Amino acid sequence: MDLSYTDEERAFRDEVRAFMAEHLPASLSDKVKRGQTLTKADHEKWHAILNAKGWLAGNWPVAFGGTGWNAVQRHIFDDEMTKASAPRIVPFGLAMLGPVLQKFGSKEQQDYYLPRILNGDDWWCQGYSEPGAGSDLASVRTTAERDGDDYIVNGQKTWTTLGQHANMIFCLVRSSKEGKPQEGISFLLIDMTAPGVTIRPIVLIDGEPEVNEVFFDAVRVPAANLVGEENKGWTYAKYLLTHERTNIAGVGFARAGLENLKRIARLERADGKPLIQNPHFAARIARVEIDLMAMSTTNLRVVSKAAAGQAPGAESSMLKIKGTVIRQEINALTRNAVGPYAMPFASEGLTEGSNAEPIGPDYARAATAQYLNNRKLSIYGGSNEVQRTIISKAILEL
Amino acid sequence: MNFDLTDERQMLQDGLRRYLGDAYTPASVSAIDAAERGFSPAIWQGLAEMGVIGALFGEGDGGFGGAGFDIALVFEEMGRIGAVDPLLDTAILGGGLLAALGTDAQVSSVRDVIDGTMHLALAHGEPTSRYDLTRVTTTAQKTPTGYRLDGRKAVVVNAPAADMIIVSARTNGNMAEANGISLFLLPADTPGLTLRSYPMAGGGQAAEIVLDGVEIGNAARLGPENAALGALETATARAILAISAEALGLMEAIRALTTDYLKTRKQFGKPIGQFQALQHRMADMLIEIEQARSAVINLAGHIDAPAALRDTHVSATKNLIGIVAKQVVEESIQMHGGIGMTQEYALGHLAKRLTMVDHRFGDTTHHLERFITLAVA
Ligand SMILES: Cc1cc2nc3c(=O)[nH]c(=O)nc-3n(C[C@H](O)[C@H](O)[C@H](O)COP(=O)(O)OP(=O)(O)OC[C@H]3O[C@@H](n4cnc5c(N)ncnc54)[C@H](O)[C@@H]3O)c2cc1C
Repeated sequence: MDLSYTDEERAFRDEVRAFMAEHLPASLSDKVKRGQTLTKADHEKWHAILNAKGWLAGNWPVAFGGTGWNAVQRHIFDDEMTKASAPRIVPFGLAMLGPVLQKFGSKEQQDYYLPRILNGDDWWCQGYSEPGAGSDLASVRTTAERDGDDYIVNGQKTWTTLGQHANMIFCLVRSSKEGKPQEGISFLLIDMTAPGVTIRPIVLIDGEPEVNEVFFDAVRVPAANLVGEENKGWTYAKYLLTHERTNIAGVGFARAGLENLKRIARLERADGKPLIQNPHFAARIARVEIDLMAMSTTNLRVVSKAAAGQAPGAESSMLKIKGTVIRQEINALTRNAVGPYAMPFASEGLTEGSNAEPIGPDYARAATAQYLNNRKLSIYGGSNEVQRTIISKAILEL
Repeated sequence: MNFDLTDERQMLQDGLRRYLGDAYTPASVSAIDAAERGFSPAIWQGLAEMGVIGALFGEGDGGFGGAGFDIALVFEEMGRIGAVDPLLDTAILGGGLLAALGTDAQVSSVRDVIDGTMHLALAHGEPTSRYDLTRVTTTAQKTPTGYRLDGRKAVVVNAPAADMIIVSARTNGNMAEANGISLFLLPADTPGLTLRSYPMAGGGQAAEIVLDGVEIGNAARLGPENAALGALETATARAILAISAEALGLMEAIRALTTDYLKTRKQFGKPIGQFQALQHRMADMLIEIEQARSAVINLAGHIDAPAALRDTHVSATKNLIGIVAKQVVEESIQMHGGIGMTQEYALGHLAKRLTMVDHRFGDTTHHLERFITLAVA
C-alpha cells in the first residue's frame, strides 16, 4: 500500500499544473471562482485551448484523437483543472457520445463526428429524459418510425442541459413497441436545425435557463444517423451512463468548494472574531472535511482498480452518493457562512456583461444560487435513490 | 392544558386562509414579480381591512390582539401560501418599536400601520454586524438642533416600500457595547439617506442604505437615548416568533405539495409514493414538522415572559426551525426530481423562502451558541 503518486504520476501532475498556469485565461478562471455563468463562447474558448494541446479528450483512445490516459492520469488532470478554477469540460460530446460512437458507431459516423467534437464544430446535448421517463428511463415514448431512408421522429425530451447552445442531440427513441420496454429503443443522432425541432427554455430555481424542453414534430432523420442496430439502443445508453459516471465523486469540486468556504469563514466576522474561530461553525466544516478526506481515498481506490483494467461498476454509485452529499453540504455551509448577504437575489451579478457592483462582499453573491442549483447533483445522472437501489442489488445482492 | 384556538382566533384563521387563497392567484403573483415594491398593494389593503394587521397589536396600541398566539396564527397562514407581504417588517418590527417607544406623535403612526396606509422598515444590521444586535457602528453626532447620522445599513428588508425608516445609531460607547445605541425615526426621503434596492431570493425587496451626514431634529429620536437595545431585543424576539411561524406554514405547504406529488407522479408503473424509500422519508419529514410546530407553540407561549426565559425559547425555536427547514427544503426537492428544480413549479418559491429563514435574526449556529449560554452552560 502506498498512498503517494509514483514519480511518473507526479511528473504528469506538474506538467498539467504548469500548463494551467500558463494557458488558462484569467478571464475564465475569474468567472469560475465567482460562480458566474459561463457563456457558450467561454466554453468553446477553453475547449479550443485544450484541443490545441491534445488534452481535450482525456477519456478517448489515441486512435480517435484522444489522450489515451489511464484512470489515474484522468483523475490527476481533473483535479488540477478544478484546482486552477478551469471551466469544466462540457461532457455531452466528449464524455458521453464520443465513447458510444467509438464502440458502437459506424466507421462513417466515427470519421465524421469525432473530429467535429474535438474541433468544436458541433455542440451536442443529451436527449434521454422525457416528462414521463425520468428514473424509469426505459419508458421513453418519443417515437421513430422508418420511412424509406429516413426515420420520422415525434415526441418530446426534457431537462436538456445547455440545449440552447446545441446544434445536435443524441436521443433515445422508441422504434418498436414489441417485447420489453428496453427492447424497442434506438439511439439516434438528430440535427436540431432540422424542420420540426423546437426548443423551449426551463428556468431553474436559481433563475438560470440551464435546461430545456425539446419538441419533435414529424422530424425527418436520415437512417444513417442510427447508432449501431435498431432496437439495441438501451445497451448503448447504459454504456454511456457508465462514462457519465466517471469523475462522479467530484473530489476536485468538493476541495475547491471547501477551500472557498474556509476563505469566506476567515473573512466573515461573528461577534468580533473570524467566523472560522466559532467552534460550532468550525465543527460543521470539520465534519465535512473529514468525510471528504476519506471519500477522496475511496475514490482513488475505485479509480486505481479501473486503471488496472477493471471497470468500476456499482462502486461508482457509492461515489456518486457520497460525493454529491458532501458537495451539497459544502454549498449549504457556504450559504450559512455569508450570513444575511445570502438573501439578495443577485442574478444580474451572475451573468455575462454585468458590471454591477455586488451587493455585500463579492464572495457572497453566488452562495444561494449555487446551493439551490447543486440540489441537481443528487437528482440527475441517476438519482441517489436509484444509486442506492443499484448498490443494494448489485453489491449487497438483496 | 388546551391547545385549541379560541373562537376569535379560529375565525381569524379561517378568514385569513380564505382571503389569501383567493388573493394569491397566478396573475397576482406575476404582478408582484414585476412590481418594484416586491408585494401587492391591493393584497396589503385587503389584509388591513380584514384586521390582520390589527391582530398583531394590543388593544392599548389600537389593535385587538398582539399576543404570541395571534402572531403565530397570522404568520403561519402567510407561510402556507408563500405570501411575500412585509407584515414582519412593517408591523412586528417597525410598528412594534413605535408602539413600545414612541412619543404620542410617533405612536399615532401605529394607527396608519394598522390601517394599511404606512410602511416601515428597521435599518439596524450593518455590513459586518451579521446577527449580533449590539454591533452598531453608524454614528449619531449631536448638533445644535438634533443629530447627524453617518453610516451604512445592510439588507434592510422592505426599505424600498417604507414611508418611514427606523435607524439605529451610536450616541455613545464602542462598536459592540450594549449601552449607547439609540433609534431614530426618519422619513424615507430624508436628504442624505440613499437606498440601493434589490429583490431577495425568497421574494420581497430590500436595500443597502447609506447615511451620509443626515441632519435630523431631536423629535426624530425614538425612545430614550443610549438605551434602545432592550427594545430591539424584544422586537427581534417577536420577529423570530413571526418568522418561525411563517416557516412552519411554509413547511406545511411543502409537505402537502410533496405528498400530492408522490401520489400522482408515476415511474416504473406506479405512483412513486409507493416506494418505501420515499415513504419513510416523508414520515421523517412529518415528525420533524410536528417538532417545529411544538417549538413555535413553546415560543408563542413565552413571548411575554421575562427576558431570560423568553430568550431561551427564542433560541431553541430558531435553532430547531433552521434545522428542520433545511431538511424539508432538501428532501422535498429531491423527492420531486427535476420538476422540483424549476422556477415555474410552486415548490421553487416556497423552498427558497423557507431557505432564507435561516439568514434573518440569527441562523442555527448562532442560536445554538446562544442557547448554550442561556440554558446549558
Ligand atoms: C439540472 C438538471 C439537468 C439535467 N440534464 C439532463 C440532460 O441533459 N439530459 C437528460 O436526458 N436528462 C437530464 N436531466 C434529467 C435527470 O436525469 C432526471 O431528472 C432524473 O433521471 C430523475 O428523473 P425525474 O426528474 O423524472 O424524477 P422521477 O424519476 O420522477 O423521480 C422523483 C423522485 O422519485 C425517486 N424515485 C423514482 N423511482 C424510485 C424508486 N424506484 N425507488 C425509490 N425512489 C424512486 C427519485 O429518486 C426522485 O427522488 C437533468 C435533470 C436536472 C435536474
